[in-house]
Amino acid sequence: MAFILKELLDKPEKLTSGHRLCPGCGAPILAKWIMMATDFPLVVANATGCLEVSTTIYPYTAWNTPWIHNAFENAAATIAGVESAYKSLSRQGKIKKKVKFIAFGGDGGTYDIGIQALSGALERGHDMVYICYDNEGYMNTGAQRSGATPKGASTTTEPAGKVSYGKKMRHKDLTAIAAAHHIPYAAQAALSNWQDLMKKAKKAIEVDGPAFLNILSPCVRFWRIPDDQTIEISKLAVETNFWPLFEIDNGKWILNYKPRERKPIMDWIKVQGRYKHLLQEKNKPVIEEIQKEIDEYFHWLEKRCSD
Amino acid sequence: MGKRLALTGDMAAAESMRQINPDVVAAYPITPQTEIMMTFSQFVADGLVDTELVRVDSEHSAMSACVGSAAAGARTMTATAANGLALMHEVVYIAASTRLPIVMPVVNRALSAPINIHCDHSDTMAERDSGWIQIFSQDPQEVYDHILLALKLSEHPDVLLPTMVNQDGFITSHGVEPVEILDDSVVKTWIGDYKPKHTLLDFENPITVGPLDLYDYYFEHKRQQVDAIDNAFKIYPQVAKELSKLTKREYPMIEQYNIEKADHVIVTMASAAGTTRYVVDQLTEKGEKVGLLKIRLFRPFPADQIVNILKGKKSVAVLDRSASFGSFPPLAEEIRNALYDEKTKPPVYSFVFGLGGRDLLPSHVEHVFKGLAKGSFNTKTIEYLGVR
Repeated sequence: MAFILKELLDKPEKLTSGHRLCPGCGAPILAKWIMMATDFPLVVANATGCLEVSTTIYPYTAWNTPWIHNAFENAAATIAGVESAYKSLSRQGKIKKKVKFIAFGGDGGTYDIGIQALSGALERGHDMVYICYDNEGYMNTGAQRSGATPKGASTTTEPAGKVSYGKKMRHKDLTAIAAAHHIPYAAQAALSNWQDLMKKAKKAIEVDGPAFLNILSPCVRFWRIPDDQTIEISKLAVETNFWPLFEIDNGKWILNYKPRERKPIMDWIKVQGRYKHLLQEKNKPVIEEIQKEIDEYFHWLEKRCSD
Repeated sequence: MGKRLALTGDMAAAESMRQINPDVVAAYPITPQTEIMMTFSQFVADGLVDTELVRVDSEHSAMSACVGSAAAGARTMTATAANGLALMHEVVYIAASTRLPIVMPVVNRALSAPINIHCDHSDTMAERDSGWIQIFSQDPQEVYDHILLALKLSEHPDVLLPTMVNQDGFITSHGVEPVEILDDSVVKTWIGDYKPKHTLLDFENPITVGPLDLYDYYFEHKRQQVDAIDNAFKIYPQVAKELSKLTKREYPMIEQYNIEKADHVIVTMASAAGTTRYVVDQLTEKGEKVGLLKIRLFRPFPADQIVNILKGKKSVAVLDRSASFGSFPPLAEEIRNALYDEKTKPPVYSFVFGLGGRDLLPSHVEHVFKGLAKGSFNTKTIEYLGVR
């Protein structure tokens, strides 16, 4: 079933305009869309981060649905608490409505400091979906390195310099880590493929039990890209296989998209200021290494999805 | 008409939790709190409560889930000790600042390092500025009673703050004593239903909980929080009186024992009050004028009442079960601070005892009283009881 844009636009917005996120930021786009993918009433928990600080500056709020922020590392535990309250009150007949629960966290709050709370919540089987808007660094506080920062990117805590090409390590495969909890649904999506994103969001929200979505969320400020390129850059991430689109549906791995012709990773690297040092001749081997790792990972993923 | 059971402090805590029947408990086991969680888990397994028990991955997640649950309008409890309390520290502050009436039995245990599983108050004292109400229990009976009292106090609309109900690890938590239990129906009727004004499950009135609050409002919100905990001074006696009617036991914020005629007074908390009381009895028999002031409510600190009792005394010794490295220990500081404005005030001597579960012996207490009578202590230094 395809989503019809015209119909979606008639839906009341759960994240309204007037928030203070940067023009071109991926986070409010994906948050707004995802909440349009379902008709269930939603309670949202938000980890500390861009999406949280920029949408709820007291006494204002951009959220037109019940929303809670607790701390940085505990969005998963917080929404688990909300869901448990709901479960208990429903069982006692004190609430009749069918309600669904979402947690939004950036990659810092998800890949790094929040991974324990996330793992615990997924293992316990709460009826919730955790959505990571992955902008590949601690962007809210000025582009510090995270476990999601890709190899070769320059961040303020692992910058490129005379003897450094930026981040040495690869980003971790959080979607696979989430899937390893044997949850009913985990998926990776990108803003450029919005029908795919909406389908995944609907599935994740409406499935009974825990679900996880990992969504690439370009940061115009610290990826050093023009603010009208958010969707284009997302598309390049998909077309280069830097960010493959796949899902794990009740244990079955499915590759949702394979580029007809995989674009070279240089296409993704050369348009972003955070990689500009990689264009120096001396860093050519780094780009080759990144290309090799991406191709190997995609090959592994294809195999995993053909089982 | 109630019943009398042989219970440990941990079992007494679990028993009051069963009667409260919280909507949600999110907890993580830690010695010596584990028996609370295990006993309560069995109540859940046997269908004795309606509680959704969330067996979280850590104490940090325990308090985080409690915040989510309480904000969603559920009556919410947890329990912890020592390093567990330290791990939840960040969210302990958030629970109070978000004005969520969570009740948490804390089984006091020494903080690492070195790791030690036995009693002292370093865990709960590290939370004394967190905005929680803190009540100290002397024995399993008080643990049971205080948890009921705490729930009603926390949920009062003029207070709306979380409460820690402290008990001494192993000494109280694992010591069996007779405990009088109210009928389930009496507890149910007294605590009533929890009906918060604003919740995350009210879709007609969607709320935003925990927004970004900068220099233009944060200070005012903190000021409101100060007023809220001060309101506990007004509400506590009302709640204590209500509970007294049911239990026939009294719960003053501070408890006086043999104080009126006493020249020399020991101020302390929790199980040490029992030991001190025993020594007071013995010395009184010998004609010595000694008394005990037991602090039940440590936050908010009932300074006015304490001053009225202590100001005319010859000397005061404060026995703390925790240290404050580089300064005087917490209770001694409070007592000194409270007395500062009085024209005539007794000297206040500071003693630290029982760190890491070291016993407080009657001989230690006797040593203190004798020294007070002789005037052999120095107000400028801290004495350590029972240290080698």
